[in-house]
Amino acid sequence: MTNQPHPQDRPSPELRVEALETLLVERGLVKSEMLDGFIDRYANDVGPMNGARVVAKAWVDPDYHQRLIESGTEAINELGFSGPQGEHIVVVENSPTVHNVVVCTLCSCYPWPVLGLPPNWYKDPAYRSRIVREPRTLLAEMGLDLAPDVQIQVWDSSAENRYFVLPMRPEGTEDFSEEKLASLVTRDAMVGVGIVTVA
Amino acid sequence: MDGIHDMGGMQGWGTVLIEPEEPVFAEPWHARTFALGLASMGVSGTNLDAFRHSLERLHPLDYLSDGYYGRWLSCAEQLLVDSGILAPGAVEARARRLRGDKVDEPADVEECKPQYERGGAGSLRTIDVPPMFAVGQSVRAKTFRKPGHTRLPAYIRGHAGEISAIRPAAVLPDSTAHFVGEDVQHVYTVEFTSSELWGDEVETSKLFIDLFESYLEVL
Repeated sequence: MTNQPHPQDRPSPELRVEALETLLVERGLVKSEMLDGFIDRYANDVGPMNGARVVAKAWVDPDYHQRLIESGTEAINELGFSGPQGEHIVVVENSPTVHNVVVCTLCSCYPWPVLGLPPNWYKDPAYRSRIVREPRTLLAEMGLDLAPDVQIQVWDSSAENRYFVLPMRPEGTEDFSEEKLASLVTRDAMVGVGIVTVA
Repeated sequence: MDGIHDMGGMQGWGTVLIEPEEPVFAEPWHARTFALGLASMGVSGTNLDAFRHSLERLHPLDYLSDGYYGRWLSCAEQLLVDSGILAPGAVEARARRLRGDKVDEPADVEECKPQYERGGAGSLRTIDVPPMFAVGQSVRAKTFRKPGHTRLPAYIRGHAGEISAIRPAAVLPDSTAHFVGEDVQHVYTVEFTSSELWGDEVETSKLFIDLFESYLEVL
């Protein structure tokens, strides 16, 4: 148990992380190339563009939509998305009367296979503390004004289930291709702090 | 444990700003820390729950001031020290040498990785006993305040809710974080009303949270 804050003259995190990596590499416990691989994967290959493809497919394919709601993990796996923080993904669907929003109050659990790593605001103590208590107020501050008759459902990811919001398809997109629809879908809409709009 | 990490419902924070075009890793050391944090769990023979518990054990001032990847860095180091992979102070000494300080590095210590039985990879398991609770049933979250790891947040304890869904059974973080076994349990999504959690003076919403069977009692 740490019982004192760390001293002010502690080496910078840049030096500490270099020290940690060097010590582990010297002992043959990690390879720098393996670390490069993890970083490359989450910097380039795993991110909200994956989730956007899931959403767009659900909007155009009723059978897929049904599979996604009934067993989200398997339906998401169909598109090739799986991995850490995605053992069991539950899809919660927005409607004209229900809006869903996701948080992890205890740490920052997030559905990595479909959204990648969480943004700063998701990890912010202000988000973690306030979204469960005053979601309507906080969403408005974040730019999402919901009508008074829209019920807000907040999902606190406290175990290993991960929640993924299926936003509503915006009006005026009836003739959009699946690819074009995917380009509209934002990370914020899939966490529930935004909605999808036609730019 | 009741700590700074348990933030649900805490008051006094300001607003939340969404930074447009935020990079995945704002600094190169964030990326390195992310990768080392993932690797540290395997190298130290620990697990994700132990990693989360080590976040909770940071000094509250450090928890708030170090930021997300600063916390990860401290926790990766802590797990490796706890397992005897690195000596206490080894990272600090090497970092000081990297910046030119003339300090000695501590001698290696004996490896002491935790020994406990695992039922497989990941956290989800199957379980033979039927669920104790059914969808639609009223339950109350227990009020325990124990010193170790738990995923029952303070803002839920003692409150009444309704079982909304039965999820896959999973290892109990309260046990695995301390390497005393997996204690596989049913997991439920439980629905709480805002008035139950916060009183009638606040805005109306519904809260859904995943709770392990041993966190709940019949109402």
